[in-house]
Amino acid sequence: MIEPKVDVSKYNPRELGLKAGLEIHQQLDTRHKLFCSCPTVLVDESEIKDEFVRQLRPTRSELGEVDIAALFEWRKGRLYHYHAPRRAACLVEADEEPPHEINKEAVVIGLAVALALGSSPVDEIYVMRKIVIDGSNTTGFQRTAIIALGGEIELESGKKIGIQTIAIEEDAARKLGEEGRYTHYMLDRLGIPLIEISTAPDIETPEEAYEAALTIGQLLRLTGKVKRGIGTIRQDLNVSIKGGVKTEIKGVQRLDLLPKIVLYEAIRQKRLLEIRDELLSRGVRKEMLESLEIVDVTEVFKNTKSKIIARVVKRGGKVLAVKLPGFHGLLGVEVQPGRRFGTELADYARFWGGVGGIFHTDELPGYGITAEEVEQLYKAVNAAKGRDAVVIVADSEDKARKALQAVIERARMALEGIPKETRAAKEDGTTRFMRPQPGSARMYPETDIPPLEVTKELLEEARKIVPEKPTEKLEKLKKRYGLSEDLARQIIRDVRLDLFEKLAAKYGDKIHPSYIASVFTNILRSLAREGIPVDNLDDSQIEEAIAAVAKGKIAKDAVPDLLSYLAKNPGTSVDEAIKALGIQTVDLSTVEKMVDEAVKALEAEIRQRGYAALSKVMGRVMPKLRGKVDGKTVAEIAKKKIAELLGK
Amino acid sequence: MDEAAGYTGVALELLKRAGAKPGDRIRITRSDGRVFEGILMPRYALSAKPIIVVKLDNGYNVGLRVDEKTVVEVVKTRETILKEAAAGAPAAIPLLEETPPEERRPRITILGTGGTIASKVEYETGAVRPAFSAEEILEAVPEVGFIADISARVVMNILSENMRPRLWEKIVDEVAKAIEEGADGVIVAHGTDTMAYTASALAFAFRKLPVPIAFVGAQRSSDRPSSDAAFNLIAATLVAAKAPFAEVVVVMHGETGDTYALAHRATRVRKMHTSRRDAFQTINGRPLAKIYPFERRIELIDEPLRSRGAEELEVANGFEEKVALVKYYPGMEPEIIDFLVDRGYRGIVLEGTGLGHVGEWLVESIRRAVEAGVTVVMTSQTLFGRVNMNVYTTGRKLLQAGVIPAEDMLPEVAFVKLSWILARTSDPGEARRLFAMNLAGEITSRHTVDLYPRWPH
Repeated sequence: MIEPKVDVSKYNPRELGLKAGLEIHQQLDTRHKLFCSCPTVLVDESEIKDEFVRQLRPTRSELGEVDIAALFEWRKGRLYHYHAPRRAACLVEADEEPPHEINKEAVVIGLAVALALGSSPVDEIYVMRKIVIDGSNTTGFQRTAIIALGGEIELESGKKIGIQTIAIEEDAARKLGEEGRYTHYMLDRLGIPLIEISTAPDIETPEEAYEAALTIGQLLRLTGKVKRGIGTIRQDLNVSIKGGVKTEIKGVQRLDLLPKIVLYEAIRQKRLLEIRDELLSRGVRKEMLESLEIVDVTEVFKNTKSKIIARVVKRGGKVLAVKLPGFHGLLGVEVQPGRRFGTELADYARFWGGVGGIFHTDELPGYGITAEEVEQLYKAVNAAKGRDAVVIVADSEDKARKALQAVIERARMALEGIPKETRAAKEDGTTRFMRPQPGSARMYPETDIPPLEVTKELLEEARKIVPEKPTEKLEKLKKRYGLSEDLARQIIRDVRLDLFEKLAAKYGDKIHPSYIASVFTNILRSLAREGIPVDNLDDSQIEEAIAAVAKGKIAKDAVPDLLSYLAKNPGTSVDEAIKALGIQTVDLSTVEKMVDEAVKALEAEIRQRGYAALSKVMGRVMPKLRGKVDGKTVAEIAKKKIAELLGK
Repeated sequence: MDEAAGYTGVALELLKRAGAKPGDRIRITRSDGRVFEGILMPRYALSAKPIIVVKLDNGYNVGLRVDEKTVVEVVKTRETILKEAAAGAPAAIPLLEETPPEERRPRITILGTGGTIASKVEYETGAVRPAFSAEEILEAVPEVGFIADISARVVMNILSENMRPRLWEKIVDEVAKAIEEGADGVIVAHGTDTMAYTASALAFAFRKLPVPIAFVGAQRSSDRPSSDAAFNLIAATLVAAKAPFAEVVVVMHGETGDTYALAHRATRVRKMHTSRRDAFQTINGRPLAKIYPFERRIELIDEPLRSRGAEELEVANGFEEKVALVKYYPGMEPEIIDFLVDRGYRGIVLEGTGLGHVGEWLVESIRRAVEAGVTVVMTSQTLFGRVNMNVYTTGRKLLQAGVIPAEDMLPEVAFVKLSWILARTSDPGEARRLFAMNLAGEITSRHTVDLYPRWPH
């Protein structure tokens, strides 16, 4: 029997035969969007905008295939409410005007990245339509084009991870939220160019996944042509283990979650294989799941204390049940921390049946369902306690039936192992079922856009902006700015590397670049660790803070407080913040006067202990001066005053 | 391998040698040692560049440069690929699970003239193929089956810009046939570029009409999820099946969103935008009705000219092709008018400036045209408003020369109307009398203050 709780530490990814590939999507910082002349800016919801509501219809391939997820959304009458801000969206985003030719600036950046990765550009670029019907594209498809094939990156260990494809594509609209049948989307992000880099499934450990993502991210930033900030870089994953299948995982927003997600998916696949083996050893066979009867058990729950069930029955709904022969105990088995095999069944019930969830006997009695009701339930479906599991769904009869059919289907898949799925990443590193993997027939040529020949001229343009190799960049940082090896290594990995270089060039003669670097690698990071929303800081605020130090307006010591205040109070100017915090520098004569007073007050002690009394002096004046003048300066003055007193 | 796939030169030579045709899976071994495999795609446009386009296994197309040393081989033929794909394909899932209840529904005939109101995407090349049997329409837009029992046939398959008066006549005949066969409404699927012309041609040809005729088209092709085709078709079906009027109308999106469609009177409608869904607008009037396809509701806005079932069918088919629509521009030479007269044109519709003017140096050649028996009418480039040729001297001179003012008629409608009239009579006096009559709602005697759009400012 399988241990119900999953012990993450027990699993070794290498032993599981883990194989993972990455898809990195990074927004490019171009002047215009990919297929129109709109600027690539995100705007506030309160800006002037036009609004309209649309539907999207599932399209059919020649073989009659339709995208199931899209079909369900459409059948439910899902409507998309678009917000088109006039500053950042035009008729192209509204799908009211054909796309313009592909933005060459984006193509050139993509080609530069391709050259840096040793990837071979194609000779003619064809824009494709990838069908995506969740409303995030007004057209119902994402425009995407492969610009190069092949290439590789190298990890610290010397291991190489292959690159399969490099594509340039349009970003999707920004989801604002859902409201009944309506999903709201903002069109500012739609059409911003993205570069998509897909690696081969050469990744064998969760750590390698992290390092590969980091390495690619760094290379992209070294072009100086990519956007940064929340949502400007996104990762998708595919993961398989030995004996498993390739699962796609979408929407990993945080890089530090990558290793966890990879590990958890490997464990999930292993656990599902263990469940399969357990079922087979119990003698459960596929045929036994073929003609399972779905039974109406509403009668069992006519006086139920379960609020959920009572509400459904009152509305005229039904409680339907199905027996899963030989599944006893397995629905309660965790496949990932906190997610049980029963959760996987529930995901299918929700997707195919549109129900809220399921109940199963591995978690009953509970949720207001009594032991007595469970007894009757077993009886009603002719199941054996301790051998079979029973799953029930309470909803309208039609939905409940579809949900249970999906549960049976998923249970049947358990005998084979792992279904081919697209899963969505969750905040805790686990994943949930999103949809079956779409078929290959969802890619069509974008007939409105002529192909673009990759000419010598385009490649020449690209060559001019090929990002430097990290090793070369590191040397340059050390040499040009006098950074230590350690600091240079840190800043080269920082998202704000470009800002550092700009500020170091501008203010390096007044403040040492090492200090400027430490603002990013040290101050901002520790503020972020303390939970201060440093993402609220824009480049100009950081620059003004550093300029204030350079001009002697504030002391270096005051910078953390200043940045913290600015991050917590968006919309405040640096000057306002300085005033509010009272951290303007004081002039040296004031400092001298204060030190004089302290020395006088501590005269006896100073005469007795000599320089050892320095800390006492400092202790008196610093509370009033902290942040306004450097401690080092105060200490120097105090030492001088003590020396004077001692007559040395 | 035929040249239609767009290949020329070295690329064509290589493909011929390999016996490869679009849809085949091919392997390209280049002289630089790189090997590619994928489905051979047709070339986008004729181009002399030595590039072969393949669809890779991930679905993407890429163009690959080839030279004499490149080797192309066919790995698998299109036929084999299709057979294997069909064998592995799951059963097709219908768009809607419900089927229409057993009951008598209005009978609608859908006539196809071109454009893609319903279409299928070709599996291996991604090319769009129009679908036009009733079964195919119901498969693509099953909602239609809940509103009406439909039959469908393709009358012609042409691009809308290639439409001509001879073909209007064919459409008139086919629509008349459908009505005689008992249709409760007729839908004409038409490319949008010249849809308004054809619709107004039918409005003149059907002198008496017992049922509505709805023209419908799409501004976004029907192979894309965001297409307006299905929405417009459902709205047109509602009009054909349920509308209380018996007029020729154009049914298209009412606004950029998918909320309602508008039924525009054929003689009042104009395509006013190159690409928007709501490109069709009623000029100098109000649309006839608003249609809510999801609620299956029709809301009348304007007074119908003819009610459903009020009269028997009466058709007067035939259009004169020797009619020209001439837009006046500053500096236009009289020889343009002279040329038309010399070539035997029987009617000229002028699209003049403002209240209905052309450069005064044209007056003489216009006078000669009228004397030669050519009917000359005047419309305005402003589209909005009515011509009035009594206000300025040039206008008065043109009237004197025999020009007929076309009231508030749209230039295109005046053109169709004159074409229809000149096919009925060879007497200029009779033509003048008929032209002044309001035959199909093309003239509106009252314009209220609100009938003019305010542009953003």
